[in-house]
Amino acid sequence: MGMDRRRFIKIAGVSIMGLSLKPAVDLVDKLDASEVRVLHNPKALKGKRWAMIVDTRKCAQCKRCTAIEACHHFHNVPQIPDPKREIKWIWEDSFEHAFPELATRGEEQLSENIKKRPFILMCNHCEHPPCVRVCPTQATFQREDGIVMMDMHRCIGCRFCMAACPYGSRSFNWMDPRPYIKKENPEYPTRTKGVVEKCDFCAERIDQGLLPICVEACKSKALIFGDLGDPNSEVNRILKEHFTLRRKAELGTGPQVYYII
Amino acid sequence: MYDGGKIIAGLLIGLVLLTFPFWYNLGKAAKLPEPKLAPEAQKAKQCVESKEYMAAHHMQILNKWRDDVVRKRYRIYIGLNGKEFNMSLQNECMKCHTSKKEFCDQCHNFVDVKPYCWECHLEPKEAKEGK
Repeated sequence: MGMDRRRFIKIAGVSIMGLSLKPAVDLVDKLDASEVRVLHNPKALKGKRWAMIVDTRKCAQCKRCTAIEACHHFHNVPQIPDPKREIKWIWEDSFEHAFPELATRGEEQLSENIKKRPFILMCNHCEHPPCVRVCPTQATFQREDGIVMMDMHRCIGCRFCMAACPYGSRSFNWMDPRPYIKKENPEYPTRTKGVVEKCDFCAERIDQGLLPICVEACKSKALIFGDLGDPNSEVNRILKEHFTLRRKAELGTGPQVYYII
Repeated sequence: MYDGGKIIAGLLIGLVLLTFPFWYNLGKAAKLPEPKLAPEAQKAKQCVESKEYMAAHHMQILNKWRDDVVRKRYRIYIGLNGKEFNMSLQNECMKCHTSKKEFCDQCHNFVDVKPYCWECHLEPKEAKEGK
């Protein structure tokens, strides 16, 4: 059977059309290989923009912060006495250190009573996080729900993020942290020498439907955690009713930890 | 051939030296590793995937899990026979494979690989106290 030019071109055309199926086939292969086999935990908390409110009026009445203790125990944060090498996820500091621009301006009308309060500080989970911008390996990244999170597997310890963070929220592991962990929590990993770490709003707890450990542990309910993306959420209601401060908001990082004063 | 005797003797000595590792170690093959399944693992009967697949590919699974969990928020893996697993080395794998020494280390030492999982992830305490 001979083939004329017309017939040849027809067959060639149909064959080329067949190639258009390839992306679809690839997609099915890909789904089959990975995404289909994994699921989100159905209990995971869903939020568009997680935020924390610290009620400093309640903090003022506390002597010992159970939230800090619970966080550092749960996340296996070592207690290193040398302040140059210490590791902290959430800590307490003075008004001058928390809000230096307010404390030094001199025009501030805040009462002495407020300035004497302890302030609970942690990662601000910025809307425009400078640490994420500078991270060369994308070890620090921002999740869709706003949490600025670290992938310890990728951190190379360059400490660009520490230089970028205006809040001092990040700590570097100058040495093996394990000898400085009094009692290890077997449910959570430790870190290793040469990585940076910080508060991650308990992302792994949120993904399992639990609130951050500090919120759960705070005896005086001074920490309120919720979704700013939900107009009816408790955090939005509280922010409407109270005057709050954010640390160094003028830098434009969009910090998401609010302080009721 | 000039100096044939010396050349041949030299070649022979060279040959013996070159093959020295082979005949020196003859019959002294290192013992094959025997990873021991903890009672918890035997009771569970099945792992995430088949035994053969896990032996060959557990590192790929763990590598994928860590990205899925940390970066994509996936937490549940649908394994063999549709069984669901919590994607966590410390809170799932090591709940069955309770002893790092008797299980993980057996093969890792044999092939001389040093996975750095354990620099951060904690091995179950029982194994340590037993020593």
